[in-house]
Amino acid sequence: MTPQTSFMILAPIDPERETALRQLLASMNHAVGRVNPNNSLIPFGQFDRLHFARLLIVDDKTTDDIRVYHLPPVIYPLYLAFLGDVDGDRDTLLEELARVAPNGLRSIFLCCQGFTSDTDLVAWMKQHSTPSAASYVNWRGRTVRCIREEARLREALENYIQGAAATFTGLRSQEIHAHLRRFLQAETSSGRLKLTPEDPTPLGWWISNFLHLIGVPLLFLLALPILVPIGLIVVIRLRTLEKTDPELYPRVDAAYSSALALLEDHDVTNQFTAMGSLKPGIVRLLVTLFALLLIDWAARHLFIRGRLARVRTIHFARWVFLDGRKRVVFFSNYDGSLEAYMDDFINKVGFGLNLIFSNGIGYPRTNFLIKDGCSDERKFKEYLRRHQLPTQVWYDACPGLTAVDLERNTRIRQGLETVSMSDQEAREWVALL
Amino acid sequence: MGRPSMTPSQIDYSDVQGLVRFGYKSMTEAAYVLLRIRDVGAARSWLGVAPVTTAVLVDPPPSIAMQVAFTAAGLKALGVADAVLSGFSSEFLAGMTEESRSRRLGDAGNSAPSQWAWGNSDRVPHLVVMFFAKPGLLDTFVATATGKAWNDAFDVLRSLDTSDLGGSEPFGFADGISQPQIDWAQERDVAGGQLYYTNMVALGEFLLGYRNEYNKYTDRPLIDANAKSAGLLPAEDAPEKKDVGRNGTYLVLRDLRQDVRGFWQFIGRQSHGGEIDQLAATFVGRTRTGDPLVPIQKEGIAGIGLQPDQIRQNQFTFDQDPTGAGCPFGAHIRRANPRNADYPGHPTGFARLLAMAGFGPRGFRDDLMSSVRFHRILRRGREYGPRLSPSDALSPAPPDDPDRGLRFVCLNANISRQFEFLQNAWVMNTKFSGLTGENDPLLGNRQTTSGGPGADNLTQQKDDRLRCRVSGLPQFVTVSGGAYFFLPSLRALRYFAT
Repeated sequence: MTPQTSFMILAPIDPERETALRQLLASMNHAVGRVNPNNSLIPFGQFDRLHFARLLIVDDKTTDDIRVYHLPPVIYPLYLAFLGDVDGDRDTLLEELARVAPNGLRSIFLCCQGFTSDTDLVAWMKQHSTPSAASYVNWRGRTVRCIREEARLREALENYIQGAAATFTGLRSQEIHAHLRRFLQAETSSGRLKLTPEDPTPLGWWISNFLHLIGVPLLFLLALPILVPIGLIVVIRLRTLEKTDPELYPRVDAAYSSALALLEDHDVTNQFTAMGSLKPGIVRLLVTLFALLLIDWAARHLFIRGRLARVRTIHFARWVFLDGRKRVVFFSNYDGSLEAYMDDFINKVGFGLNLIFSNGIGYPRTNFLIKDGCSDERKFKEYLRRHQLPTQVWYDACPGLTAVDLERNTRIRQGLETVSMSDQEAREWVALL
Repeated sequence: MGRPSMTPSQIDYSDVQGLVRFGYKSMTEAAYVLLRIRDVGAARSWLGVAPVTTAVLVDPPPSIAMQVAFTAAGLKALGVADAVLSGFSSEFLAGMTEESRSRRLGDAGNSAPSQWAWGNSDRVPHLVVMFFAKPGLLDTFVATATGKAWNDAFDVLRSLDTSDLGGSEPFGFADGISQPQIDWAQERDVAGGQLYYTNMVALGEFLLGYRNEYNKYTDRPLIDANAKSAGLLPAEDAPEKKDVGRNGTYLVLRDLRQDVRGFWQFIGRQSHGGEIDQLAATFVGRTRTGDPLVPIQKEGIAGIGLQPDQIRQNQFTFDQDPTGAGCPFGAHIRRANPRNADYPGHPTGFARLLAMAGFGPRGFRDDLMSSVRFHRILRRGREYGPRLSPSDALSPAPPDDPDRGLRFVCLNANISRQFEFLQNAWVMNTKFSGLTGENDPLLGNRQTTSGGPGADNLTQQKDDRLRCRVSGLPQFVTVSGGAYFFLPSLRALRYFAT
């Protein structure tokens, strides 16, 4: 099994080069919101381990919100962020990027502070890598290669069935399964279809994952004598805070919202980036850290097969702290329109959403941290849209395929690789076709 | 902000336009007149005294009715202040034809706004006046209502005529069978979630100013009390403010042209001489007379009614058909109303906690859809064009074959969460319910967002057999006009008119 990793290169933009950078980024698209996968700067299509990538200018329009706490706004630098979701090791992908697209990367990074024409590209990218506080992968171990092979498999089955419909008349599920297994064997032995077996799981990853699985709860248990009193204080303080923290969700500027919408719904999958400042004070920081630790642990060990709690539409997501944990930015790649995405969140995982996002300034009021909040639907949607950032360049290696499509294709393949099935299993499998 | 009042207020039906409460079925004649304001003063005078029909139940029922609704451009033209306008929802203000919105609604290709007969560029109406009348009375009613004052006030952009097809839509299927039941008494308790499908929907989903399915108030303009706004009702959730939206709602109007011949001829070709009604029924999910393709259940469903017909046609959910062998997953009625609840499988107690955390059933099609109670619409459309029976539709079109279709009208308090969600995530979605490569067999535009192969399939699952997939579905429905309107309360109408 090849585990997925991610990278995020974050660097402050040289203010004098911002316009040039925006032009460079725009040149990577062939239309608004639609990347050219073979663009000359970073030809994403050539990297067969890359699921998603995006480049954006981290332009937080809400830094003034902290004034509601009578605190002066901090002037943060304008950052360039370059993110990717990767099969296998991240460093080798950065090296591959530097090998394939040195000139394009250099021209982009030259717009950032401290990058000169003789900077070592790989070293600089590693140096500017920013870790996630929590991350989610829809299906651990499913590589880009696997997604593409399984999509071709489904297509081949579809074409075969269409061409040989009469063959299936009267066949029962188990017979259909056996018949299509023979078809697959013929196709693979002739080389028309390829289903590459999984690579072995890297030992180092296996060990660290296991240690994380037991280590986090173990540390938690060990620290309980300290955590209980701290937790009690935090909860008591939090109950006051959630009743008094100001809410801030003015109507989103129509032009800003329209500009965001122009980037969306060009395909079945969309990008989403939102950021904001944490509410001031140690209590909110502790709650955020705890929530992200919890989410990260659950995403790493429990939600590894197509579902983040009940949500089945997210391919990859991550939370990243910025500026000494003063700000948090959330990235995701999801299926469907933003409205449906937000509804999914509110109705299915509202508690999780509140747990983490309610620590951002202005979030609709929660009750015991996980109740209410986003269930004030209109407020929440205004809040989220207002905190959303435009993503200048966004690449999806497998357009046209939702996470549910990927799960179906995987189930089809798994079924075909199963020698014999019970009657019930065969019926369920045939229903996937 | 004041605290929400605990006891729901009584509905003042005399403040609500009748269409929210009644379908005016006995008034089989109707015309929707799309207007642009020529003279603001004259328009206000006409609107100030317009005999708009209210939702008060009268006996005997009226034989004529009139309803009035405004687009955002119309309210602006009428001189409604920006501060008031900005309180309306962003989708109402932006309108139906915004580029990204068209993508989401599936208004592409020959359904793109650039192809529309009205509703685009300078053909956006300011208001629609809807006339309803019992047989034979419409012409006189319209003539009386549209005298000199009307002519001084408005230019007619287009008059949308309608026809009475006796309860069927143009393809020949019984229409309007499933409608949500509004909880006028506001007794519905939504706090604990919803384990079973219900047809009762919170008043606030269809009327602004009341609690919706989230137990919250949908945004609408709340303004300061002053001499001009004195006639408006206060906001329930902010009694010091006047509520411009209260007792009003949004009205979506879309002209849908239906290729009746194309539909039946395609069905005819696919049936290979077999029974055409049977295949057509799988497109809709109901027979032509309205019976669902899934068995009805023994337990009652709140809000569907108690008449034998209502039970036979609506006492069902798709729990009875988890494999899709009865009614295709992609059939029209299954997309337009999946009849689900907040959790699949009705879990209680600990099972419900597990389901919440994502450890519920893990079948491929489990938990793919949003809970339908947040996405209901109240349909009030009318057909247009002459009747064409399926057998006549099989013959080629004469040279001057008239258009047929639906003047689709729906009411909802939140256009983006109700009408647009339904249209985008369910009807037009090529990935609905774990499917791929198909959208609504009746309404679908057959386009994929990614430019991949066309979404022109319909899959019928078979029990223990390979599914049957109909491919190459042509587009049967084309959008030829549309706009978002605000259907104000009588008080708000008078407020706009002064």
